[in-house]
Amino acid sequence: MLKHLFGSQLGLGLGQAGVAALAALVVVFLARRRQIHLEGEAVIALVRGLAQIVAVGFLLVFLLKGPPWTSVFLLAFMIVAAGFTSAKRARGMPGAFRVSVISIGCGAGSVITIMTWLGVISTPITSLIPVGSMLIANAMNTNGLALNRFRSEVLAHVGEIESALALGADPALSVARYSQSTFESSLIPAIDSLRSLGIVWIPGLMAGMLLSGARPVYAAIYQFVVLSMIFAASGLTSLISTVLMRAQVFSVNEQLVLRPVMEKR
Amino acid sequence: MRCDLLQSRAASLRIDGLMVNEPGMTSSVVLRAVELGRRVGEMVLVQDVSFELQRAEILAVVGPSGSGKSSLLRLLNRLDEPTDGTVYVGDVDYREILPRELRRKVGMVTQRAFLFPGTVVENVRFGPAARGEALASERLEDLLREVGLTGYAKRDISNLSGGEAQRVSLARAMANDPVVLLLDEPTSALDETSKLTVESLIHSVVRKSQLTCVIVTHDTQQARRFADRVLMLDHGRVTRTGAVEEVLGA
Repeated sequence: MLKHLFGSQLGLGLGQAGVAALAALVVVFLARRRQIHLEGEAVIALVRGLAQIVAVGFLLVFLLKGPPWTSVFLLAFMIVAAGFTSAKRARGMPGAFRVSVISIGCGAGSVITIMTWLGVISTPITSLIPVGSMLIANAMNTNGLALNRFRSEVLAHVGEIESALALGADPALSVARYSQSTFESSLIPAIDSLRSLGIVWIPGLMAGMLLSGARPVYAAIYQFVVLSMIFAASGLTSLISTVLMRAQVFSVNEQLVLRPVMEKR
Repeated sequence: MRCDLLQSRAASLRIDGLMVNEPGMTSSVVLRAVELGRRVGEMVLVQDVSFELQRAEILAVVGPSGSGKSSLLRLLNRLDEPTDGTVYVGDVDYREILPRELRRKVGMVTQRAFLFPGTVVENVRFGPAARGEALASERLEDLLREVGLTGYAKRDISNLSGGEAQRVSLARAMANDPVVLLLDEPTSALDETSKLTVESLIHSVVRKSQLTCVIVTHDTQQARRFADRVLMLDHGRVTRTGAVEEVLGA
């Protein structure tokens, strides 16, 4: 239907983006009727997402023609941006940005480096950037979930955590239960994606490979490779993140510093 | 770092000595707060609080809501950091001890029990297990008997009443063999029947173990029943202190 309304490919793209954004806004409207207010965050995310991906589209035209080493800077920039986005999920948590950048950098960065060195990810920028960005994006989501969950768990269990401290437990032991549940819950999306691969979810990358002439079986196997790498990057990010977050919520004197705002007298 | 740990361990052993029944030891000062204070931004939570307690002495901290009672208690086991003054346990400045070592010796029972998911025995064993020690079965049975929970070892904490949970909380603190016990309104969340039972049980355990004890309470009758001395706080400052009759009247 849209094809008949728009003559150019760019016009068609903008039309498709408008319709898709409208679907998202309908959900925001339905949520609002149930007193769940996502308006500000959702509108900003939609506008920002469109602007960013269009800008990257223009940028890629130049970058894809450049030398492979430029991908290092691009991936590093993605990691910092992912850390910034992720840290917003943990308002009030001290050092959230630093924790996010280090976790995503070490988690996704190390998987990208090792896999590129082993030849699992090809070095040409056309391959490294799309695959690398998938790993970083998923690590960012995992890190955001981990930050959010850990913060909520700590704030909901201040009494239990301080009881453990008062019994002589070290900080690691006093939040061990909550670190574990944080790690498990943050990995649910990565595990479910791997579990449903090919049945519920056929990644876009596979379609791209098929269109560019790859053999269907190899394209299929490579989806498994990508999802396994996503799982490894996300898992490593979450592991590092939970350890670093734990250090952030305690003082050097083993006192819980992340507590509800009002201090009881 | 290693030097700090050794110093902390040595200081910790000196505190352990406070519980040894040596001649003359019974009259020694076990807990001493010196010009203790805590500010958070512009807010003064505790200001210039000083007192000392001898072995087996019980101090009740009373005062209106928001007077700084709980804040003072949290400073005594360093769950919060004092911004002024310090606390001595025996002759050891508590800043010389690793906080986890200090908290083992200065135990705490709070208003709500905050038990960990699992069984009664898992809760009571928590403190010793946290430092890699196993609580002997005989000691476990003694603790449960002292708090009136013989036969409760395997019971899941979700099946306990409020009073029973508070007794587990007491047994859990006692399993660390503390020198000082801090009680933060330990019966205020209980119904009237459980309140007196638990209060009398805590009192008998504290007296039997010759523990030095600080109890925060808003109930002056409880302070009369429980304490040897009273410290009254208002707006974080000591307004009166002395024997129970002096402060609360006869």
